[in-house]
Amino acid sequence: MMRFMLLFSRQGRLRLQKWFTAISEREKKKIIREMTTMVLARPPRTCNFLRWKDLKIVYKRYASLYFCLGVEDEENELLALEIIHRYVELLDKYFGNVCELDIIFNFEKAYFILDEFLMGGEIQETSKQIVNRAIESSDMLQEPAPL
Amino acid sequence: MSPSVPLQEMIRAIRSARTQCEERGVIQRECAAIRAQFRNTDNEGRSHNLAKLLYVHMLGYPAHFGQMECVRMIASPRYSDKRVGYLGAMMLLDEKQDASLLITNSIKNDLSHSNQYVQSLALCTLACMGSAEMCRDLAPEIDRLLRSSNSYIKKKAALCAVHIVRKVRELGELFVPSARSLLSEKNHGVLHGAVVLITQLCERSPETLERFRKTVPDLVQIMKGLVISGYSPDHDVAGVSDPFLQVRILRLLRILGRHNEAASDAMNDLLAQVATNTDSTKTVGNAVLYETVLTVLDIKSESGLRVLAVNILGRFLLNNDRNIRYIAMTSLQKIVVTDHIAVQRHRGTIVDCLKDQDASVKRRALELSLALVSASNIRSTMKELLIFLSSCPPELRAHAASGIFNAAERYAPSQRWHIDTILHVLTTAGADVRDETVPNLIQLITNTSELHCYTVHKLYRALLTDISQQPLVQVACWCIGEYGDLLLKGECQETEAVQVTEDDVLDALEIVLQSHMSTPTTRGFALTATMKLSTRIIDNVDRIRSVVSIYGSCIDVELQQRAVEYNALFKKYDHMRAAVLERMPVIQKNSVGQTNGEVGEETVKESQAAKVAQKEMALPPQPAGQVCDLLDLLGGSQEPLQPSSSLGGAASTQPTTAGGDLLDLLGGLEPTPPTPAPAVTVYEKNGVTLTISCEQQSDSGLTVTLTASNSSDSDISGFTLQAAVPKSVQLQMRAPSRDSLPANGAAKLTQLVILNNPNKVNLKMRIRVSYTSQGSAVQDMVQVDSFPGISAAGL
Repeated sequence: MMRFMLLFSRQGRLRLQKWFTAISEREKKKIIREMTTMVLARPPRTCNFLRWKDLKIVYKRYASLYFCLGVEDEENELLALEIIHRYVELLDKYFGNVCELDIIFNFEKAYFILDEFLMGGEIQETSKQIVNRAIESSDMLQEPAPL
Repeated sequence: MSPSVPLQEMIRAIRSARTQCEERGVIQRECAAIRAQFRNTDNEGRSHNLAKLLYVHMLGYPAHFGQMECVRMIASPRYSDKRVGYLGAMMLLDEKQDASLLITNSIKNDLSHSNQYVQSLALCTLACMGSAEMCRDLAPEIDRLLRSSNSYIKKKAALCAVHIVRKVRELGELFVPSARSLLSEKNHGVLHGAVVLITQLCERSPETLERFRKTVPDLVQIMKGLVISGYSPDHDVAGVSDPFLQVRILRLLRILGRHNEAASDAMNDLLAQVATNTDSTKTVGNAVLYETVLTVLDIKSESGLRVLAVNILGRFLLNNDRNIRYIAMTSLQKIVVTDHIAVQRHRGTIVDCLKDQDASVKRRALELSLALVSASNIRSTMKELLIFLSSCPPELRAHAASGIFNAAERYAPSQRWHIDTILHVLTTAGADVRDETVPNLIQLITNTSELHCYTVHKLYRALLTDISQQPLVQVACWCIGEYGDLLLKGECQETEAVQVTEDDVLDALEIVLQSHMSTPTTRGFALTATMKLSTRIIDNVDRIRSVVSIYGSCIDVELQQRAVEYNALFKKYDHMRAAVLERMPVIQKNSVGQTNGEVGEETVKESQAAKVAQKEMALPPQPAGQVCDLLDLLGGSQEPLQPSSSLGGAASTQPTTAGGDLLDLLGGLEPTPPTPAPAVTVYEKNGVTLTISCEQQSDSGLTVTLTASNSSDSDISGFTLQAAVPKSVQLQMRAPSRDSLPANGAAKLTQLVILNNPNKVNLKMRIRVSYTSQGSAVQDMVQVDSFPGISAAGL
């Protein structure tokens, strides 16, 4: 099971946080602080896996964003890397050549996409096309914004 | 009331703030506006406000006043409102907040909504933050949805059920039938959800695990379909068909096959197929292979499959991708104990990984290398480990050093190698070794008496180069103190000797004494070493006296005490000085891990000296094959009467190894009184009488005293005795009390011979007597078959 997913920039600014377990605000802040310090301190050509407390931390850098997954011990780390990659692909398909600014200005959309891909700390849908179609349909349901 | 700024404009405004302070100002203004909007019951634009608040929350600012707004939004009929409302609920509400209970009803309603996307929102929120009460409340609804015909909803309901089972274990029973039927689905999303649900149910309850074992054939079928089936564009990732589903099924198979022969057998073929067919050029393929390997190693698989799995890990070790090397090592570490031989095959690669750039890979390579050390590969592995030690990251040094010591202790091929290795570690990582290394090393050095010369030369050289590594300096000082005479002799078989003068040695020790890098313990070692040298050197005793007296007023209490005592040894107890400072006896190693500390070097008792004698190595065995089985020290049965070089060597080394140089224990103290045991005369000629008497020291140890006297009118000079005993008996001769016999019995000559007879053979002794009497040399041989005071058989 995945415990959390964090996206943060090279300067340590948080862009997305998804928690799959119930923890207090203080805990969340502490984890965010520790993750950003740990991951940003890693030298360039090291492996993408870390051990932190009883969790495995899998992180990958895409352009200026760090994607950081905290998974439990029995999870497959290589697959976690694939999960991160799949999420990036979904964002890319939706936004068309996604960049950090897209995620900043449309953060709620990033969440909606994530919620179609992962749920309760597990993968929900393994097919890219089905996820994309679901997002598009949901978007179409949105009532037009007021003027 | 200021107009609310749409979300993106607000984000732009916040980002353009140049300082933290400015940003805080913007946010405060915005939050005020949002609060005002919340109080307004106007329907329009509410979702934007909540979204703005969520953004502010993500930046780290408090947003609890939005919780009630979330509840209201979720209850709204508009989809946009619900969407943001549920998102807000997932971000701001958790089970600890009271407001979370308020949304239970909305979720319940939305679960039965006509629009599947609304249902999906409710399911997602429940799976994310549903509390135990909410789960209990809504579990039947979820079960109903698990049976719906809509696969979109089914897959979400499955994951929701997973969350419910995690929160409330007992509800697992409720989902078992539905979970079972979901396995026959074709839709990958639903199948994946089903597998996750079954995994969760099996992990929580052993009875359920038993029931689900029957599904192994179905799972195997599904996997086969995925592995063999052709290209499916929907689920393909770099040539692997739905790797996410494959990995999940493999994990479930692992849980079902654990501890169960039948289930493991059923999946054997499949696992072999996956292991061989999966393309390992991309990470996805390797992810599936990795999960396969983990499964094979965890279930009761047949040995061929296990070897295949370990070989896959071995291949991973050679992979260019650092991540793959890392996980290979982690897995190998887990199985190195159980599948030792299989892992040994990849030892070379593992040891190579010590040179990897990545610190985590290095750490694992170190632990694996240490676990794989054995008698056959100790030399090559140690070479690599020592290279590693010199360049390893500081946090690994202590662990590496202690691992090297353990390995060296268990598998050292030779004493010299062992000592060399320890010295190497001390010079490279001396600061990180544990405290008991110093006494352990000292104990090892005293045990290898033939390498004393070599060791002291090496340590002296190391001391000259660098005195910052405290353990090394301590050992070096101790050795120089003990074996300084060997150092000064200037010749050494094993290594190139340095020509060292006494001044050089004392200089080196003084540098250590005075250096600011030396700890008080080290200074203590150096001071004692200096003192010991006073009996081993000839010229500079005065210099030592002055050094010692200077430290009599040292601030450090320990040093002061030592110096004062040594001073006393110079002044009042000078006659005892030699005895007190003679060579240390071999330290007994009590048990592994127990520090040996400084054995009392101040008083050396006679019994200890006897013990030392017994521990000393036996005389080098001469070629046998003569009629008698006595150790033919005296050069064959023909008795050529010319002493062979080995004889001379053997006889003369005895005294030196036994008691330092000539000042041995017996010479220093009062001569030992003649033993009370009966003396037997064994030789009488030319007025020279030789008697022997014996005293049993221990179960196999015996002390024989030879006493010679001269009853003739002329002096006898150059009187020497040599003795030989059967091969299994160890013999040691002490230095004689004198080497001449004055006329008319004016003085007697005594010589102690220490015997050790562990095999309890029949004890015999041959003694050769040589002396000069009235200008002519005399040599005679005597054989002693029975020893007085000891029963003939069974010594």
